[in-house]
Amino acid sequence: MVDLAEDILKVVEAVDIALWPVALDFKLKDVQAWEPGEVTVAFINGAVRLSEQLEWVKLLREKCPVVIAFGSCAHLGGIPGLGNYVTREQILANKYHNSVTVDNPEGTLPQPEASQNGYDLELPAFFKDVKPLDAVIDVDYYLPGCPPPPDLIFQAVEAILKGELPPKGSVIAPEKSLCESCRLNETKPETLSIKEFKRVATSTPDPDECFLAQGYICMGPATRSGCGERCINGNMPCRGCFGPTPEAMDMGAKMLSTLGSLGEADTEEESQALADSAADLVGTLYRFSLPVSLLQRRYVEEEVTQ
Amino acid sequence: MAHEQFEPKIVGFLCRWCSYTGADLAGTSRMQYPASLSAIRVMCSGRVDPTFVVKALADGADGVLIAGCHPGDCHYLEGNYKAMRRYPLLMNLLDQFGIERERVRLEWISASEGEQFAEVVKDMTEELRALGPLDWDGRKAALSEAI
Repeated sequence: MVDLAEDILKVVEAVDIALWPVALDFKLKDVQAWEPGEVTVAFINGAVRLSEQLEWVKLLREKCPVVIAFGSCAHLGGIPGLGNYVTREQILANKYHNSVTVDNPEGTLPQPEASQNGYDLELPAFFKDVKPLDAVIDVDYYLPGCPPPPDLIFQAVEAILKGELPPKGSVIAPEKSLCESCRLNETKPETLSIKEFKRVATSTPDPDECFLAQGYICMGPATRSGCGERCINGNMPCRGCFGPTPEAMDMGAKMLSTLGSLGEADTEEESQALADSAADLVGTLYRFSLPVSLLQRRYVEEEVTQ
Repeated sequence: MAHEQFEPKIVGFLCRWCSYTGADLAGTSRMQYPASLSAIRVMCSGRVDPTFVVKALADGADGVLIAGCHPGDCHYLEGNYKAMRRYPLLMNLLDQFGIERERVRLEWISASEGEQFAEVVKDMTEELRALGPLDWDGRKAALSEAI
């Protein structure tokens, strides 16, 4: 919303903003006091991992006729969704015990309830995994992106003001893949053939040639268009923040299919070498979408410590 | 109560030209092998989108078999090469998800290799029986908040 810059004034002219934690001073009790329907639309960003977040989103769902999942985290789980690659116990152990800079000899861990100096304190519960918004409440629309670009936000706001919203459940972005609007698309050769995957961590892409053709894992083919290719224009291959195009049931598996098809390998050994040149498939192919993938999370056998 | 042996469920994506025909031969020759595999005929092993494999595992399969023509014999010339290139990528991905490698196999089975098909299913069934059910729903539930 802040990205709208001066356009925010147009929005403020047309609507009343009843809640905006980052910019305006409304509290939980104000929201609790709303009549259902009094506030038309709630744009909710962020994934759900704390009991407090769950409480807030349920409340907003109760009060608002229209709920829009705003951004990758609410839409797909987002970067925090990669928390599903580890366990809650691993996260707490890392944060409060094992990390290099931690000095916690008594092994203190945050507790949902505690008493200090005669005060009873509460902390939200930290869930076992990360959930996208629609795993916990009914969602009417999705504004994709990390973050959603200003023009898409404005499109959504305009649609609401005009009463011209798309069918419920729509993602407010084009249905085509990023490649269709990417300026490097015309540089794609007839046949792409990748001998080895390249990484931006260890080499620099040529800004004037399709990144995938160069061997970088660009999520473009599996990702919705609509972002204006801000990353591509910054010489970074697409990371897939807009989520999959409508036909892809699982973004990562779909992209994996593409990478296999484009690989140049005529023996099992060459195929294995090609596969091993991709450093972190889950992190690359499901960077924003792990919680909404078919498998949803990684399985780790945990030691039961109690 | 009689001891119930775990019967693994395998989903098999078999190519229409070679592997499905080979599996059919195993049947018409009355070869005995476990009834653990549900066959899905595809036109080519190259048609097998890794999404199919992931979905099968997520939806309750204990193992998945992808079977196609031997390299060089693909009816569509190159299709099985695509399967061959996708397979190690998929295996590396499944490693990261915490799914045992033994659960997904790529085999080259020709139309005349009925016996080999039966052997693969026998072998895979026993391997999965020893490994136990995948029970992905259960594994997920152990590490997810029930909201």
